[in-house]
Amino acid sequence: MTAPLSVKEQLAIPRVKMAELDPELRRAGFAEVNRGLRLEEALREAQRCIQCKSRPCVQGCPVEVAIPEFIGALAENDLPGAAAILRRDNALPAVCGRVCPQESQCEAQCVRGIKGEAVAIGYLERFVADWALEHGERSPVDANSSSAGRAVAVVGCGPAGLTAAGELARKGHQVTIFEALHDTGGVLRYGIPEFRLPKTIIDAEVAELQALGVRIECNVIVGKTLTLEQLRAEYDAVFVANGAGLPMMLDIPGENFKGVYSANEYLTRVNLMGAGRDSAATTPIVIGRHVAVIGGGNTAMDCVRTARRLGAERAMIIYRRSEAEMPARLEEIKHAKEEGVEFLMLTAPLAIGEDGKGWVASLRCQRMELGAPDASGRCRPVAVAGAFFDLPVDVVINAIGTRANPLLTASAPELGLTRWGNILSDEQGATNLTGVYAGGDIVRGGATVILAMGDGKRAAAAIDDYLASP
Amino acid sequence: MFEILENEILAPQLHRLVVRAPRVAAARQAGQFVIVRAAAGEERIPLTIGDADPVAGTITLFVQAVGYSTGRIVAIPAGGALRDVAGPLGVPTHIGQWGRVACVGGGVGTAVLYPLAKALAAAGNEVVTLIGGRAAPYIILRDELAVFSQELVITTEDGSLGRQGFVTAPLAEMIADPARRPGAVFAVGPVPMMKAVAALTRPAGIETVVSLNPVMIDGTGMCGGCRVVVDGEAKFACVDGPEFDGHRVDFDTLSDRLATYREMEAAHRCRLAGKEAA
Repeated sequence: MTAPLSVKEQLAIPRVKMAELDPELRRAGFAEVNRGLRLEEALREAQRCIQCKSRPCVQGCPVEVAIPEFIGALAENDLPGAAAILRRDNALPAVCGRVCPQESQCEAQCVRGIKGEAVAIGYLERFVADWALEHGERSPVDANSSSAGRAVAVVGCGPAGLTAAGELARKGHQVTIFEALHDTGGVLRYGIPEFRLPKTIIDAEVAELQALGVRIECNVIVGKTLTLEQLRAEYDAVFVANGAGLPMMLDIPGENFKGVYSANEYLTRVNLMGAGRDSAATTPIVIGRHVAVIGGGNTAMDCVRTARRLGAERAMIIYRRSEAEMPARLEEIKHAKEEGVEFLMLTAPLAIGEDGKGWVASLRCQRMELGAPDASGRCRPVAVAGAFFDLPVDVVINAIGTRANPLLTASAPELGLTRWGNILSDEQGATNLTGVYAGGDIVRGGATVILAMGDGKRAAAAIDDYLASP
Repeated sequence: MFEILENEILAPQLHRLVVRAPRVAAARQAGQFVIVRAAAGEERIPLTIGDADPVAGTITLFVQAVGYSTGRIVAIPAGGALRDVAGPLGVPTHIGQWGRVACVGGGVGTAVLYPLAKALAAAGNEVVTLIGGRAAPYIILRDELAVFSQELVITTEDGSLGRQGFVTAPLAEMIADPARRPGAVFAVGPVPMMKAVAALTRPAGIETVVSLNPVMIDGTGMCGGCRVVVDGEAKFACVDGPEFDGHRVDFDTLSDRLATYREMEAAHRCRLAGKEAA
């Protein structure tokens, strides 16, 4: 090991740039776009962290990863040490290192970002997590928990459920996850395309949890196959993280023509079922030549980039505000543009037209302009009188969001809900039912992977306390 | 894995499967369905639960091999297994007391009708069953339905069994006769049949329940692929249905959406057939 760098030397290191797959090659399939860092790059980037006392990055992280500590270990080339610190706080670091909006969370708080560029925390997280998966580094187990050995049921195998399960298993509890779909990962598998998150990473992280003793039962729909009451009777505590919900409709004419998809349906067909990309898969999908995706979030970017990969000559984002208001990650927007996605900003869908045989043929659009800020703090889009135009399209994908799924809650009438049908819970995830906790999208509505994981982590701590109390 | 205990051919391309699925068998009520995958990589197929034995932990599925995936499901012999069976899904049938009810089944819809008619009879309703099909071999479950039906009428398009014509003719006669007029009608079958039944009962003001079978992916409401227009509003057949008020369903939109993958499915079958021949 060379002598430690001076602060001046540390400050002189430029932020690393991660290698990316060439945009032309991306069109050929679903290979991961971000290629990861090499060891030298990771070590050098880790040396950019000045190990400040205030650690604001940790407050920016919904699961409070000990960021300076894991980066410090990495800077000293202590990879097992870095992996142990990271895994102690984060059950799915290889996932987070890929899909977290670091630029608006940990990295947004980084002291080095005040003058210059923040430390690439997300890249380093991914590097350490991938190293740990490759080298079979196991998660640390907390043997000192006083409550060990209780049985906990987790509803949903998405980011919130997996995180809670990992935390509880590490504290020595018997955890069983019940998953409605036939495979693990929830939105990580059906929603996020492989060019952002390869399925092998989900498989590896899930296997890690199984190695900790977590049991996973697929094809069990809580609320239908088993009720919440049954789980309460059979388990010492329950964590509900059944996620997703129902797609919101555009409520415009023509929404039921052939070739109109919800984002969830489109992504599920491709990601979970292999439609359009795996010749052995038997689930069909309509391949569009001209595809319009309505919405400006990460889900919209996933859809439009998927459409491009499936062969769309023209793949468009239709968003009613301007690019500055788009909720999607900057990186997703950049990647989409590199891949030739067109961004039609200040444009709202009015009606979908058909070809005389019920297939989508056009999208009638309304031009918008920005008005005064609304309740969300963003400028409200206002229609420009008389400004319409028609786009020729053969597939329309609605990525405007979801609302609460009633499957579980309808079968548990005693469970407290918000007026929107989401489960009501306190800061720790406790619901009005003793021993029942909830988190993720079913509590907060459509949000990010890391916020769901934060919910899972807090709820797991609260559940452990609950199980330890007499 | 979900073991197939029995696989019996009831009619051309129509199989009756008994599958071990203890949790589904225990929770299931009439009108509900399961999502089935024969093997990894294959489509998720919604199938109505025809019957269940909670003690034995088995469910009965009636599967018509109409496409590649359903063909794969029925091709698994007894002793084999289905990769995935998830459910029971959907809202159970509302079983009321109507006095006399008409249960109308068309083709494989008769299999979906069976648990419904059985539950209606068990609740004390007088069940008149009208089933139709293209020809005699497509008339299924007549003996099973006869057990609890006060009357069983069969129609075939070619006249090879029962009355020649469609089920709507004997239904119209029932409605016209004050002594036989049903308090409610349950209709399951091809979309044109359900549409015709609804058109018949609407002017008569008879409550009519139809069971819809749109394209479905997850079956839990997550994808919205199974949306149907009911009273001008989008409803999801998997969480809001699959049964709806027949007088409020937009059957034309349903027919059209059901045709989405027809050509692709045909092309897929040709490709696979080519591969098998090679």
